[in-house]
Amino acid sequence: MSRAVAPEKAEAEAGTRRSRNTGLLRRVWRERSAYLFIAPGVIIFSVFTLAALMFAFYLTFHRWSIIEPDKPYVGTQNYQDMIHDERFVRSVLNTIYFTGASVPLTMIIGLGLALLLNQQIRGRAIFRTAYYLPVVTPFVVSALLWKWLYNGEFGLFNYYLLRTRIIDEPLLWLSSQNLAMPAVVLMTVWSGVGFSMVVYLAGLQAIPAQLYESAKLDGAGMWRRIRYVTIPLLRPTTLFLLVIGIIGSLQVFTQIFVMTSGGPVDRTTTMVYYMYLWAFKYYDMGYASTLAFALFAMLLVFTALQLRLFRDGGTQ
Amino acid sequence: MTDLTEEQRVPALAPPPPDRRTKRRRPGGSRGEGYVSLRAKLATYLILAPVAILFVAPFAWLISASFQPISTIFANPPTWLPDDPTLDGYKGFLNVGELTEAQQAQGHGDWRWFANSAFVAISITVLQTFFNALCAYAFAKRRFPGRNVIFVLFLATMMVPGQVTLIPNYIIIQNIPFFGGNDWLGNGGHGWLDSYWGLIVPGVVSAFGIFLLRQYMLSIPDELLDAARVDGAGELRIFWNVVLPLCTPALAANAIFTFQGAWEDFFWPLIIMSDPEKLTAPVGLALFVVQNRTDWNLLFAGSVIATLPMILVFVIFQRHFVRGIAVTGIKG
Repeated sequence: MSRAVAPEKAEAEAGTRRSRNTGLLRRVWRERSAYLFIAPGVIIFSVFTLAALMFAFYLTFHRWSIIEPDKPYVGTQNYQDMIHDERFVRSVLNTIYFTGASVPLTMIIGLGLALLLNQQIRGRAIFRTAYYLPVVTPFVVSALLWKWLYNGEFGLFNYYLLRTRIIDEPLLWLSSQNLAMPAVVLMTVWSGVGFSMVVYLAGLQAIPAQLYESAKLDGAGMWRRIRYVTIPLLRPTTLFLLVIGIIGSLQVFTQIFVMTSGGPVDRTTTMVYYMYLWAFKYYDMGYASTLAFALFAMLLVFTALQLRLFRDGGTQ
Repeated sequence: MTDLTEEQRVPALAPPPPDRRTKRRRPGGSRGEGYVSLRAKLATYLILAPVAILFVAPFAWLISASFQPISTIFANPPTWLPDDPTLDGYKGFLNVGELTEAQQAQGHGDWRWFANSAFVAISITVLQTFFNALCAYAFAKRRFPGRNVIFVLFLATMMVPGQVTLIPNYIIIQNIPFFGGNDWLGNGGHGWLDSYWGLIVPGVVSAFGIFLLRQYMLSIPDELLDAARVDGAGELRIFWNVVLPLCTPALAANAIFTFQGAWEDFFWPLIIMSDPEKLTAPVGLALFVVQNRTDWNLLFAGSVIATLPMILVFVIFQRHFVRGIAVTGIKG
């Protein structure tokens, strides 16, 4: 984003510089209090974001272990290792699996609930609160709670599924290779639906009633009205939720750490969890930073989109 | 982002113009009353109610379990309403009343985690709201050389995910000079690792918060500030007495989301804190399980306590919440 504006800005600034070159110092001095205002922000930001970012990049070219004093330069070795690292590829696939499953599910259920709650019915507030409760619950608590619910012996899931004879024998949710990821996705959807719903409700309430009425006069039934009026008009909301959701999901960590620790056999090892392992279990900060940059690259497209959305929100 | 000097932008968080409220209240609204037939209503409830039960049930069970002795937590079938509810879980967690030997051996109770969390979250919230507002005001209302460059830099780094700076920040925190046994070059000790400084300081500024507050502050008319200047008010006074009071809704939104985010923050405290006495609530609870401690009644009691501040903040600021979320799209 900054690149796109750079030439224009540079030009404008060059113009300013020519005309006011002599006055620059005087202007800086006159506005000195403004610099004091931004000083705390700029200092913190320079250290923990700018310097950190450059340091992270520097790390990717070194073998940097916290426990060893020697931190040799290794060129692009980390990057080459990463490309050939099967566990890394696995973690990328797992992350995409997680994102591809949890984001659309959360959005679709959120939209469905929002549509239902957008009617004049009794108890709207109660339902809204009920669906929103998991969003308010600290994420770690949700993950702990669901870990218990999934417990093979004492978990409520197995108990009720067995009782209703949907399954014949207890499932080992989080320790089963094929069920672990869906189980994590389900928990994530549970805790995220309320958020989608609230955002969709806000979007729905911005749709003018006249549009529905004219669609009705034209003989459109409920489904057609939803299909041809509601969903197209919710496009900005949908795009917003999609981008936010993808960005959040690609960075999934907490529920993996709490519920599965990446297991069984790396079936739920996501990119961030894998990075965590390299940094704080194997102590190789260089390789872990390289993994972080891979995530950065994957996220870039979506964050650029997100900034665009924010900008549009700020200018409209 | 074409021209940031242009100040006539309608901010995202601007207070709604007075006529919008009356317009929104017009009878019927966007959801026509009386349009819902009885059959449709019934169908709606048939979907809404079971889903609501599914959403609330885990939570209800958590609360119920926090009042049960460990024996009925592990019982099959699960107990939803404990026959004789007990506070043992809470007592054990907060380290009050009669304790088992294992609990006594633990020294302090795990209540420390909540004190830590509260201290850290409140510090971050207060400091961040203040520093964000300071920056936002300068970016919105002051014209100084370098403003646009710095602002664009701030914005651009919103694209950097926290995970990329996590590892270098760990090393930076470890090498803060003069702290934790470090010399002036930042070597020798552990710096801000395992200290509240390390938890709080990196969190006291947020580019995103600055951006939102700036958008809001753009709507404050310049004439107002000029009038204050003519009256002889200094810059700090203008900021404190004129700008801040006008931004209360945006500041509240910033504070709420920051508090929520800080209270829930997991990754950063997980990696920099190791002393069990200094853990924050989420990390303490998570390690509880990862380390396979078996006193689940304590864990459930702790989980309920960890959730309370979130619920409290939500209930008190519900209005801000839903509006703030709709506008900013962050959960914190």
